[in-house]
Amino acid sequence: MAQYIADGIILGATLALGAIGLTLTYNILRFANFAHGEFLTFGAYFALALAGVLSFGPNLGSLTFGWSFLLVIVLAAALTAGLAILLDVVVYRVLRRSDVAVALVIASFGASLMLRNVVVFIWGPQPDYYSRAIAIAHPILPGVRVTTDEIFVVVLAAVLMVALHLFLTRTRMGKAMRAVSDNVLLAQVTGVNVANIIRLVWIVGGGLAAVGGIFYGLTVQLIPNMGFNLILPMFAAAILGGIGSVYGAVLGGLVIGLAESLSVIWIDPGYKPAIAFGLMLLMLLVYPSGLLGERP
Amino acid sequence: MSEAALSVEEVVAGYVPGVDILRGVGLRVDPGEIVTVLGPNGAGKSTLIKVVAGLLRLRSGSVRLFGEDISSLPAHRMMARGVGYVPQTQNVFAKLTVEENLEMGAYVNTRAIRRGIEQAYALFPDLQRYRRHAAGRLSGGQRQMVAIARALMLQPRLMLLDEPSAGLSPLLVGHVFDKVREVRDIGVTILIVEQNAKAALAISDRGYVLAEGQDRVTGPAQELLENPEVGELYLGARRGLA
Repeated sequence: MAQYIADGIILGATLALGAIGLTLTYNILRFANFAHGEFLTFGAYFALALAGVLSFGPNLGSLTFGWSFLLVIVLAAALTAGLAILLDVVVYRVLRRSDVAVALVIASFGASLMLRNVVVFIWGPQPDYYSRAIAIAHPILPGVRVTTDEIFVVVLAAVLMVALHLFLTRTRMGKAMRAVSDNVLLAQVTGVNVANIIRLVWIVGGGLAAVGGIFYGLTVQLIPNMGFNLILPMFAAAILGGIGSVYGAVLGGLVIGLAESLSVIWIDPGYKPAIAFGLMLLMLLVYPSGLLGERP
Repeated sequence: MSEAALSVEEVVAGYVPGVDILRGVGLRVDPGEIVTVLGPNGAGKSTLIKVVAGLLRLRSGSVRLFGEDISSLPAHRMMARGVGYVPQTQNVFAKLTVEENLEMGAYVNTRAIRRGIEQAYALFPDLQRYRRHAAGRLSGGQRQMVAIARALMLQPRLMLLDEPSAGLSPLLVGHVFDKVREVRDIGVTILIVEQNAKAALAISDRGYVLAEGQDRVTGPAQELLENPEVGELYLGARRGLA
């Protein structure tokens, strides 16, 4: 049982990082971005490519990577943020002017398919790993064994979430981002250039998604479908937590991660993805605003 | 003639291509004045104030602020030029605290936050008690105060008020308009668009009546109150002023 909880938290960390970007784009740009999963995939694969050229120093303790990988994470997140902005400029910005609200969502489906196939084209369809080294799981509590990589993932996820919280509540740009998400027109009137905030949303959302993807690559594996497989649980997390709420996305990510992980105790693992949707549907039926969402 | 704080000339504007809501509107606000634009629903009052605030591009004509042409400036540049705008509805950041709302008012010059907040609490002492509350939880009157205080954070030269009495009880309407007069007394020129003619004209120096996208009647506030033609234009009926 305890082992499943630990595994759930690790998966939850990845889902939460992805769901934050999803909830931000939904709230500020007013559409469900189905290509968001591909930001996780690209983040993971950018890191794979960068790790191939930027690998120096010994591994840190019992981690399967060294200091250089931290640099790789930062660079991969930056590249993914760039990709997100590029996608916005080429596809979404044009469609935002259209009156057909669903155009953005459908376009994001298309972008998702296209990006996924670009990954297959460049890196091939086979699974990859950052390291061939065997990560040894250590007992940390009675009945709970985790690898040092997994501890790293959870700690870094927590650090990033605290950093995001401080950014949103203490900085001028962070407050402006919350202001735009609250009331675009009023934010404009107070002097906020909304185009800059939209860029910031892609940087924060894309960057965090990339880190989430790298975490998945570290703790599971890299496959071109990884982001696509995670997009629906991430949506479930964002909706469960209350769409639009960053803290809700984090909480929702943890709940979905735990639920999926714990479900295998009782039911066949093949049904695992259904758990996320079961929870999401239940939430929409009984408490549609989500755990931390705004009540209308 | 001295330079106008705001001068709107022959403005044509609208939302849908080919449909003009404003069809050649002109008005003038002198420094230190309170001027009210009245008119029935659909006359283009809100459209006019949106054009001045930079939220809607005009098709022709001009808007000048102390002689400077601001016709083509986008809304996010207006605050730095000294124009504070208080929209009619959703005029606070509901999820942000009162104090964060005020801070947003000084977004383009964060060094002015301290002084602005002190001034806001001096003008609206009640707000201090709610500074850590989400603005969306406040009553309509309190939200209106937050909205006005936010627009005043950077000591604007001109404040634009869109229907400040909307949704407020008669008692609160009086209170809000008293505050508007206090704001003028600290040196801010004010343009109001209002349906509530009596309350707005009571504190105004001059007024304009807008109908069908054009300014029809203008004059000192007291005269407009007594002008029967205004009542006709305004209500389309002989019921006097609301």
